[in-house]
Amino acid sequence: MKKLNILLIVIFVTCFSCAQQAESEIKAAEPANINYMTQVVVPELTIPWGMTFLPDGSMLITEKSGELFHFKNGEKINIEGAPDVYVRGQGGFLDIELHPDYENNGWIYMTHSSTEGEDEGGNTALIRAKLNGNTLVDTEVLYKAGPNTKKGQHWGSRIEFDNEGYLYFSIGDRGNRDVNPQDITRDCGKIYRLHDDGSVPADNPFVDAENAKTAIYSYGHRNPQGMVKNPFTGAIWVNEHGPKGGDEINIIRKGNNYGWPVISYGINYSGTTFTDITEKEGMEQPLFYWVPSIAPSGMTIVSSDKYPDWKGNVLVGSLKFEYLERLVLENNEVTKREKLFEGEGRVRNVVQAPDGYIYVAIENLGIARIVQKK
Amino acid sequence: MKLLLAFFLIVLSTLVISNQKTNYNTDPLQESIQRGSEIYTDFCITCHMPNGEGVTDVYPPLAKSDYLMNNREGSIKGLKYGQEGEIIVNGKTYNSYMAPLGLSDDEVADVMNFITNSWGNKNDKMITEEEVSNIKN
Repeated sequence: MKKLNILLIVIFVTCFSCAQQAESEIKAAEPANINYMTQVVVPELTIPWGMTFLPDGSMLITEKSGELFHFKNGEKINIEGAPDVYVRGQGGFLDIELHPDYENNGWIYMTHSSTEGEDEGGNTALIRAKLNGNTLVDTEVLYKAGPNTKKGQHWGSRIEFDNEGYLYFSIGDRGNRDVNPQDITRDCGKIYRLHDDGSVPADNPFVDAENAKTAIYSYGHRNPQGMVKNPFTGAIWVNEHGPKGGDEINIIRKGNNYGWPVISYGINYSGTTFTDITEKEGMEQPLFYWVPSIAPSGMTIVSSDKYPDWKGNVLVGSLKFEYLERLVLENNEVTKREKLFEGEGRVRNVVQAPDGYIYVAIENLGIARIVQKK
Repeated sequence: MKLLLAFFLIVLSTLVISNQKTNYNTDPLQESIQRGSEIYTDFCITCHMPNGEGVTDVYPPLAKSDYLMNNREGSIKGLKYGQEGEIIVNGKTYNSYMAPLGLSDDEVADVMNFITNSWGNKNDKMITEEEVSNIKN
């Protein structure tokens, strides 16, 4: 009997372990001729999750472990009054973003893992505060997702403003794949849209839906860790982690369902499948999907004149393969992928700053500026 | 084919259930390993992979890892406080940064018991919460 059992297991494993995945049609290639190089400007950071640029050209940087740094005149100043961060798994101090009218109102927006609330564990919170000298003041919690959970997975998060002044931010499914993402009465696995003061816009898609979390703008997401306003169209673009394969780029539109986990190009880490379908009516197809996964984090779309070779290209950090991916698009279709600066470390974030330079946050290294080769 | 598969599924689930019954009920080490496997799936699998094989040149393997099996205290310390700096695993040098995971001491013990008893690793001397709490950075 034991032999038969083993035989059956072998057959079973063979049948299921080779779930076939369609690889991305366009493969990431080595760069043929690259005119740019990286130049470290902020050294000695561990996981620089978020960065944003103040009007004087100085930089605010969040470290996942909970510190907030102000990098000014070559000096890294520790800012007091940073929020209480719940460091757990993929959670910690997450993104940071200035109000579009920062010069007049001084508001700084941040997301972080928070234990606020009754249940054990934590969930993602959006806050805003002002910088007074080297201290954060006037802190307001604008949104705190619930329920808390001790799961370490999928907190998101990125923050972005659109041209109308709406604030968007992401929260991942918090490791509760089969419950959260498809349910608009629950937090997590969502992109949220709020006014800058945290109030819910009257025309948000689910304001009239029964028991819905009305801050939700789109749903069916797994774990979005890249978000950028397309500088050419004004649309909000997001990238999100898939499981094993199935990372995605999506353009966020009001009320859309992006399908996780009902449709996916990914499979479980173990190689087994959780869905047989990659498309379904009422669910959006990604603009692009990665198989195998690159583990995307951070995203920017190049509009600066400093990089004429790259204008209009999408840049995405790869945590898994430790490079910056450059995607060339034609009519919203990826036609070319290239690996930039491979081997410098896990790329956590990429931002085009107001000075026109692109800055790349690399784990265990720091923040580097991309400059023309001499 | 479908019927056959269904049969295999039933057989397999019976096997899994009966195995769990015989092994995991009373033995504290097996219980700890079981809890540890759940923590592994949540906190570790994305980098160290389902079979502890890691990612070439980036994340060191845990399966048959000489570093893990010979550096019990160092491994616990890495799990508790994060892992930084060069380490040599099975003759290859790794220099990635693993952030502190935010696990409590009992969870560190559980996941240590799981990874030191999986994928060809074998460790009879159970790691306890007390042992983890006594290890300081």
